[in-house]
Amino acid sequence: MTTRDWLLADSPTSRWQANAGRAYRVFTALLRNPLSVLGGVIILVLLLTALFAPWIAPFSPTGQSLADRLLPPSGEHWMGTDELGRDIFSRVVWGSQITLTIVLLVALISAPLGLLIGAISGYFGGWVDKILMGFTDIFLSLPKLILALAFVAALGPGINNAIIAIAITSWPAYARIARAETLTIRNAEYISAVQLAGAGPIRVIVQHILPLCTSSMIIRVTLDMAGVILTAAGLGFIGLGAQPPLPEWGAMISRGRTFILDQWWVATMPGFAIIIVSLGFCFLGDGLRDVLDPKSEGKS
Amino acid sequence: MTTDQSALPSPAPGNFAGRRARRRAMAVGGFLITLFLTFLGLLAITFFIGRVIPIDPVLAVVGDRATQAQYDAAKIAMGLDRPLYEQFFTYVVNVFSGDLGRSVSTGRAVADDLSRFFPATFEMATLGILIGVALGVPLGVTAAARQGSWLDQAIRVVGLLGYSVPAFWLGLVGLALFYARLRWVGGPGRLDIFYDGLVSPVTGMILIDSLLAGEIDIFWNAVWHIILPASVLGFFSLAYIARMTRSFMLDQLSQEFVTTARVKGVPEQVVIWRHAFNPIRVPLITVIGLSYAGLLEGSVMIETVFSWPGIGNYLTTALLNADMNAVLGSTLVIGAVFIVINKVSDVLYRVLDPRAR
Repeated sequence: MTTRDWLLADSPTSRWQANAGRAYRVFTALLRNPLSVLGGVIILVLLLTALFAPWIAPFSPTGQSLADRLLPPSGEHWMGTDELGRDIFSRVVWGSQITLTIVLLVALISAPLGLLIGAISGYFGGWVDKILMGFTDIFLSLPKLILALAFVAALGPGINNAIIAIAITSWPAYARIARAETLTIRNAEYISAVQLAGAGPIRVIVQHILPLCTSSMIIRVTLDMAGVILTAAGLGFIGLGAQPPLPEWGAMISRGRTFILDQWWVATMPGFAIIIVSLGFCFLGDGLRDVLDPKSEGKS
Repeated sequence: MTTDQSALPSPAPGNFAGRRARRRAMAVGGFLITLFLTFLGLLAITFFIGRVIPIDPVLAVVGDRATQAQYDAAKIAMGLDRPLYEQFFTYVVNVFSGDLGRSVSTGRAVADDLSRFFPATFEMATLGILIGVALGVPLGVTAAARQGSWLDQAIRVVGLLGYSVPAFWLGLVGLALFYARLRWVGGPGRLDIFYDGLVSPVTGMILIDSLLAGEIDIFWNAVWHIILPASVLGFFSLAYIARMTRSFMLDQLSQEFVTTARVKGVPEQVVIWRHAFNPIRVPLITVIGLSYAGLLEGSVMIETVFSWPGIGNYLTTALLNADMNAVLGSTLVIGAVFIVINKVSDVLYRVLDPRAR
């Protein structure tokens, strides 16, 4: 019996085998869609770049060399140099670590928070549901970016506060999804069985409801990552996100503004990095949605 | 006798109309209540941001070197010695009477500042949504009509780019290309410097004011300047509107009545624009409303790039100076417009779509 047969077995003998088989099926379905493969490759490259930044970047991201100020892209400086003579390509490479950190932390804070609020709201119903969802709806009907800006203004500029602000403004969408999913499974027979066996609400929610919300959550989080990257870059651009000399892509574009008319590469190059990575998340998210949730194809 | 409903006596006609009117009144009431509650929620959030998050709001006003007496006086003057719910109540009353506090950086009342800066943003966002609708809807319809063609793929990519290109970056690249290199459009600002201040503001929207004053030269100069930032905003609404139009149209084109029309030999253009497009006009209104609200948000990022004297520029300047009254005032105004557009497009949808009534 090959590994493939084991993965595709019709009657898996363990939970581990069932999960692995499901992951394998999703993976092969994704491979059939060229755009999601492209998205996956982009994100893989982002991960590797962030991991191996010290070895990939040919120059130091903060090392200044005023003799080499504002050089156009060349064989030595692939993306040119900025106003302090720093190699832009090296800064973009190091910047991938910042982008990845922001994306991961925002996902790790906002998705579980949204999941929990949505699941509690859907499971208990009644007044709990009304209050929590009223709160969620208010957040949902407000402009995310503006709200994040106001939060950062109050908390003070900096990358940590930017992450907190973005997370605070992105959980409501997840709460909505988790609630909708919970409502459809709340009255399922296996949930009643678990309840009859004496499980309390915490156990039912954490062990039996949350796992079923994960697939729609993964889709939504992946699709939202592009927005998170753009918001973080926007905060950096305005000067409220990552502070200099950190090579954050949005902040780099902001520095390049002054030179946009003559030394276009200073502001343009980090922008390409933002676009490629955001597109990567969009492609992968689209692909995941087509595989995991075929009903909603084409809708956003 | 299959359902319970058929067992009920059929309602008299007059009774029916009365019930409908009552239901409509309740819908309007419910709408106003949710609108009010949402706005109250927005106020609660701005109140929270302004009063609760800063370690000490009094210190932010009087500075580090204030004496204890000055500190206490400021604290009482700001009403911070009273309980939180009382402070919130005062805040709500102030906001509803149009008092948003004073801006530290401009020295004027925030409400006055905002009413001076709002028209510029409104003008740009409105032109942006017009561009987005004029291009986005036909593109989306064409993409759906030729599903799978290169055009469809191209529109799909444009749609995704709308989610992944930073607006401020696109503005900068647009300036470098169309202004600095090609000289097709005007640079930053609303007018060339020698036209500045020649037209007295009536509506605050320069395109309209210059026409009212009969200054055709200034009007064209303003068009020259607004076209690039409005197109950048238009690109984002185009991307979203085209994507949604395409998906709505695909839904319709797979319906049986479309096939029937085609089988009966109705010309394809008629099938697309009458049979398939007519039913999606209602959901499109919601999409356009959402997109318009999104442009207000987008203009915050764009305005700094184009030195556009709108709310976005005001907000970013205030953010950098930690001018919290101005920040929260702008947040409130943009948030309120956002909420109203959102809810109104929601209501329009319900009024116009017979199935949702």
